[in-house]
Amino acid sequence: MSSHSQTDQASRGETDAATGLSRRDVLHIAGGAASLAALSGGVADAAAPPAHAAITTMPVRLTINGKERHLDVDPRQSLLDLLREKLDLTGTKKGCNQGACGACTILLDGKRVNSCLTLAVMHDGASITTIEGLAGGRDLHPLQAAFIEHDGFQCGYCTSGQILSGVGCIREGHAGSAEEIKFWMSGNICRCGAYPGIVAAIADAASRS
Amino acid sequence: MVPFSFETARREQDAIRAGAAGGRYIAGGTTLIDLMREEVERPEHLVDINALPLAGIRADGADLVIGALARMSEVAAHPDTQRLQPLIAETLIEGASPQLRNVASIGGNLMQRVRCPYFRMLDAACGKRDPGRGCAAIGGINGNHAILGTSDSCVATHPSDLAVALVALDATMRVRGPQGERTFPVEELYRLPGDTPHLEHTLLPGELIVDLRVPGGPYARRARYLKVRDRASYEFALVSTAAALDIDGGVIRDVRLAAGGVGTRPWRMRASEQALKGQAPTRENFAAAAQLSVDGAKPLSGNGYKLDLLPRTMARVLAMAGEVA
Repeated sequence: MSSHSQTDQASRGETDAATGLSRRDVLHIAGGAASLAALSGGVADAAAPPAHAAITTMPVRLTINGKERHLDVDPRQSLLDLLREKLDLTGTKKGCNQGACGACTILLDGKRVNSCLTLAVMHDGASITTIEGLAGGRDLHPLQAAFIEHDGFQCGYCTSGQILSGVGCIREGHAGSAEEIKFWMSGNICRCGAYPGIVAAIADAASRS
Repeated sequence: MVPFSFETARREQDAIRAGAAGGRYIAGGTTLIDLMREEVERPEHLVDINALPLAGIRADGADLVIGALARMSEVAAHPDTQRLQPLIAETLIEGASPQLRNVASIGGNLMQRVRCPYFRMLDAACGKRDPGRGCAAIGGINGNHAILGTSDSCVATHPSDLAVALVALDATMRVRGPQGERTFPVEELYRLPGDTPHLEHTLLPGELIVDLRVPGGPYARRARYLKVRDRASYEFALVSTAAALDIDGGVIRDVRLAAGGVGTRPWRMRASEQALKGQAPTRENFAAAAQLSVDGAKPLSGNGYKLDLLPRTMARVLAMAGEVA
């Protein structure tokens, strides 16, 4: 629950008008209740795992969406898990968690990478942009606007990864044609099959940039 | 993921000391972290080598020198790579995805583990993971597996596209370790599985890859890579072939050929090379030489198609490299 204190305003997103709770808050509360229930059943002691070597957390300094953070991380923690679980930046999605789907794409020092396949502890001093940090205030990033205009998504699960990867694709100069975009966006899978809209959105944003 | 201790090496001697003491080097980590999460890899100590000054890319005369910590995307986009060794750029872009190429290092690309599904599956027999336990792929699903260099203990292919180009082009690698520096052909990095499939490479404990040297030659600029796979991009090769040709006066003066997706290591095709030297660059000669590539091949239950696909891929990439109409 300590992660609540570090919640970004930007990540709160939609908040229920009546309760003041976001969907994420509800999930946190429900999860907490479930673990309390498990504890009261007396299962926790019996199921205690064998003792491992003590985990030493390590300090890491990151600039995330323009804001500097000083964090202590478990060396095993991926950048993706750090963003989602510790910082409540849940716009970055966990799809396959093995670098195959691209849902977790972020910009790391300006370059698109899979946040699931890199350890947070390896990036002391790095600068990260997630979907929460892409818009400038109330103005959507041009590629976010283009995704809406060209219907570049259906369920939305892959969308933040597609958009961050698309930003990288345009920056790299690989958005010159539909064929080129398809090849250079092949690290992002969309199981709804919104590819025509995704390609059109990237081509449109590239032509305006 | 099994707990491990972590250190960032600021100096090369610190890295080598930690590596010699059993530490595992990590650069991009795109293979290692994935396998650690599956608990196929269980290093006790990780040594982050990204702070070492080994990321340079430069021309040295006609040779291309690539630092071990250069990222795949940087090497592919570098003007010296495109000018001197376009084949290197082509194989890099045909591998992985843009996101992975931004992170994965050249040294790590060469050291990546096999993609055999049974290697990842902890309850399947795998001699690479548990020496002496046999190989579940031999009697299992093996359509993607090797037809060359296999043994009763392992039939997994080496997955790197880059390594195919490096082996074709006679690239060498420089390593430094507790016993000092040595340089050897990239081809000699890889061991055949035999009955010790867990021993994959010839690096000594603590040895760190410093850089690669890809020698220039008349054939380097007439070089192509053809990768045949189940989808058009972001997939490992079923069969791939790199071909580099030096054609002068209507005759093949020199040729380099290597294949991926077919061998337990990147596979140089010397019999096919020999057959082409001094010949005219015709489709007939390419097809005849390519047929020699499957001499001694041993297909499994699911990958007999590679006996046809390899020669056809090789003949076609030779035609691409020779720009034969």
